[in-house]
Amino acid sequence: MEVKKLLHKYQKKRENLIPILQQIQKELGYLPQNLFPHIAKYLDLKEIEVFGVATFYHQFKLTSPAKHSIKICLGTACHFQGGEGLMKAVEEELRIKEGEKTLDGKFNLGRVYCLGCCALAPVVVIDKKILPHMTPAKLKKIIKKNGMGKITKKQ
Amino acid sequence: MEWEKLLKNSKKEWEGLFDKNKITIMVGSASCGKAAGIEEVKKEIEKEVKKHKITAKIIEVGCIGLCYLEPIVDIIKDGIRISYGNITPNKVNKLITETILHNNLLKSWTIGVVGKKPYRGIPTLDSHPMMRKQIRIALKNCGYIEPTNLYHYIARDGFKALRRVLKMSNQQVINIIKSSKLRGRGGAGFPTGKKWELCYKVKKKEKYVICNGDEGDPGAFMDRSLLEGDPYSVLEGLIIAGYTIGAKEGYVYVREEYPLAIQRVTKAIETLKTYNLLGKNIFNSNFTFTIHLKQGAGAFVCGEETALLSSLEGRRGEPKPRPPYPVDKGFRGGGTVINNVETLSVIPSIILKGGKWFSSYGITTSTGTKTFALAGKVKRRGLIEVPMGITLREIIYEVGGGILEGKKFKAVQTGGPSGGCLGEEMLDKSIDYESLQRAGSIMGSGGMIVMDETSCIVDVAHYFLSFTQKESCGKCSPCRIGTRRLKEMLEEIKKGKKVDLNKVEELANTIKLGSLCGLGRTAPNPVISTLKNFRKEYVEHIEEKKCKAGVCGI
Repeated sequence: MEVKKLLHKYQKKRENLIPILQQIQKELGYLPQNLFPHIAKYLDLKEIEVFGVATFYHQFKLTSPAKHSIKICLGTACHFQGGEGLMKAVEEELRIKEGEKTLDGKFNLGRVYCLGCCALAPVVVIDKKILPHMTPAKLKKIIKKNGMGKITKKQ
Repeated sequence: MEWEKLLKNSKKEWEGLFDKNKITIMVGSASCGKAAGIEEVKKEIEKEVKKHKITAKIIEVGCIGLCYLEPIVDIIKDGIRISYGNITPNKVNKLITETILHNNLLKSWTIGVVGKKPYRGIPTLDSHPMMRKQIRIALKNCGYIEPTNLYHYIARDGFKALRRVLKMSNQQVINIIKSSKLRGRGGAGFPTGKKWELCYKVKKKEKYVICNGDEGDPGAFMDRSLLEGDPYSVLEGLIIAGYTIGAKEGYVYVREEYPLAIQRVTKAIETLKTYNLLGKNIFNSNFTFTIHLKQGAGAFVCGEETALLSSLEGRRGEPKPRPPYPVDKGFRGGGTVINNVETLSVIPSIILKGGKWFSSYGITTSTGTKTFALAGKVKRRGLIEVPMGITLREIIYEVGGGILEGKKFKAVQTGGPSGGCLGEEMLDKSIDYESLQRAGSIMGSGGMIVMDETSCIVDVAHYFLSFTQKESCGKCSPCRIGTRRLKEMLEEIKKGKKVDLNKVEELANTIKLGSLCGLGRTAPNPVISTLKNFRKEYVEHIEEKKCKAGVCGI
C-alpha cells in the first residue's frame, strides 16, 4: 500500500482522519504505527492526535491480525444465553485469552457487543460469518474441523 | 426522470410482483436472516428453480421481525404472497416442488398470507399471534419490499411526503411534527418538533442534520433492521428534516458493526442521486441537499450526541458539556439537529397522514408507536412495533408468547446498559417514557431482554456495569473511577462477601449526579433499579452466600 497515494484521495481535513484510518485498516488489517507521522503531516495534526484517535476506538488494531478471527458476541441476549461459556471454551481450546493471538498466527480471539442478531443468541463471528445458536461443543468442532486445533502456545 | 413517469414505473414493477402468471420468491435477507443461513437457502432455491425450469424472480427483502422463525421465504404465486418459516436448505426442494409445481401450499409450514384476506385456509400474517397487537408505522416496509429498490419504496407511497413538504413553509412542517407529539426514539424522548423549531430559528448560515445510527446498546437491533430493511424511509425523513431547518447537508452515522446496513444505505444514497432525489433542485424546487454516510469506529459513547459530533469531526469520541446544545453550536460549529433512525423513519408517514393520526396511537405524553427488540428467554423473539402505553404483560405473553420452556418470568431489562430491570409488579403498568423512568429504567432505544428464574439479578447488574465501565471514555472522573469501584463492589457481592448496600447506593447516586454525559449519568441505573426492585437477591448473596439462580457460583 502506498500511503501517499491513499492520503491524496482525501481532502486535507481533520474530519477525514477516521475514514483514512478505516481505509488503511481495511487494506492492511491493522494500523502500522510507522504510518502515523505521514497521516499527521498530511492532515496538519500532531502525531499524538492520530495515536489518540487510533487508540480510542475499538475498531482500530495496532497489531497485525491472525489468519482467522473469532469474535464471541457478549451482547445482553448472548450473555444471558451462554456467551461467557463460549468464550471460556475457545480460551481452553486455543489456550489463549481474550484479545490474544495464537503463536502460529492462525487465530485471534475477541469479543463484540451485539451484532443485532439477538433472536439467534448466542452468536459467534468467525471471520465475517455470523454463526447462530452456538454451543461450546459446536464451536470446538468448527475450530477442529478447520485444522485449527493444533495451536498450543500463546503469543 | 419526471415524477409521473417514476411513479408509473414504480407501480408497474411493484404490481408486477403480484401478476397472476408470474412467480416471485422473496428471501428474508437482513443480518439476522443471513446469520440463520438464508444465503445457503437462496442458493438452494436458485438450484431448484433451474432444475425444474421454473421462471421465477428471486429477490431479497428485509426483516419482517419474526426472527425466531428465520430463515423466512415468501412465495408469490397466483398473485398471493405466502410466508414460510424455518426454511432450512434441506426443506427447499419440498417447498419449491410442492407449492409451485403441485399447488400444495404446505399449510403446516406457513406463517401467514401477506395481505388482507386469508387464502385457502391459511390465515393472514397480521393475525399471527406475534403480529396481531402490532401497529407498523416505522416498520411498514421492513420485510415487505426489496430494501434498495427505489421503485418498491415509491410504489408504497415513498417520497410523496417530501413532495408535499417542498410546497410548505418550514414552520408548517414544524407544526405538523409538533402536533404529532413525536418524541426522540433514541431514548431520551426530546420532542422532535421542538428540536427542529429551535434549530430552524437559530441564525446560522451553516446547518446540518444528522441521523444517529450508532445503535450501541447490546441487545437492541431496531435501527439495524430499519436501515437494512427500509433505508429510503430514513433518508426521506432526513431530507425532510434538512429542508425544515434550512440545512443543505445531512449525515448518516452508522456503527461499523453493521456492515449490511452500511452497504444498503450507501446504495440507497447513490440511487437517490441518480434520480435527482438528492442533489440540486430536488423535484424542481429551490431545495438542494446532499447526504453522506459516516461509519462509526466502535465506541458506545458515540451514541451520545456531543460525542458523535466529536467523532464526525475526527476526534476522540468524548462528550462535551451542554449547553451549548448542538442545535445552537453543533457540527462544524453550525446549527445541528441529531435524530435517531426510528424517529426519522416515521416522519414521512406523519407528513402524509397528519399529526393527529399519529398521536391517536399511544397515550397523551408518549404518542405513536415504538419498536422493541424482543429477545432473551421468551418464545417468540424478534422485532416488534407496538403502540406506546401497551403493558409489559401484553408484550411478553401475547406478542412474545410467554417464557421459554414454561419457566417463570423474573424480570425484563429495558433500555440496555442505561436502563434497568423491571420485575413482576411492573407487568401491568403502561410502557411509556415517564412510567419507565419512574420505575428506575428508561425507554432507551428499545432493547427488551426477558429473563427467567435462571438469571441472577446481581449478575445482570454486574454485566451492564462491566459494559459501561469498559465503554466509559475516561474524560470525567465520576464515570471513569466511579463505575470501576461500583463494579468491584458488585464483584464482591457475587462472591458472597459482605458489602454495605447503602454504600453501593450512595456511590451509584454520586456517579449519576456527577457525570458529564448520558453514559455516566445512566450507567448506575441497572444497579439502582435492581437494588430497588430485587434487593432481596442482593441480601441473599451477602447474608446467605447464596445465588438462587446458580449463576454466581457461590
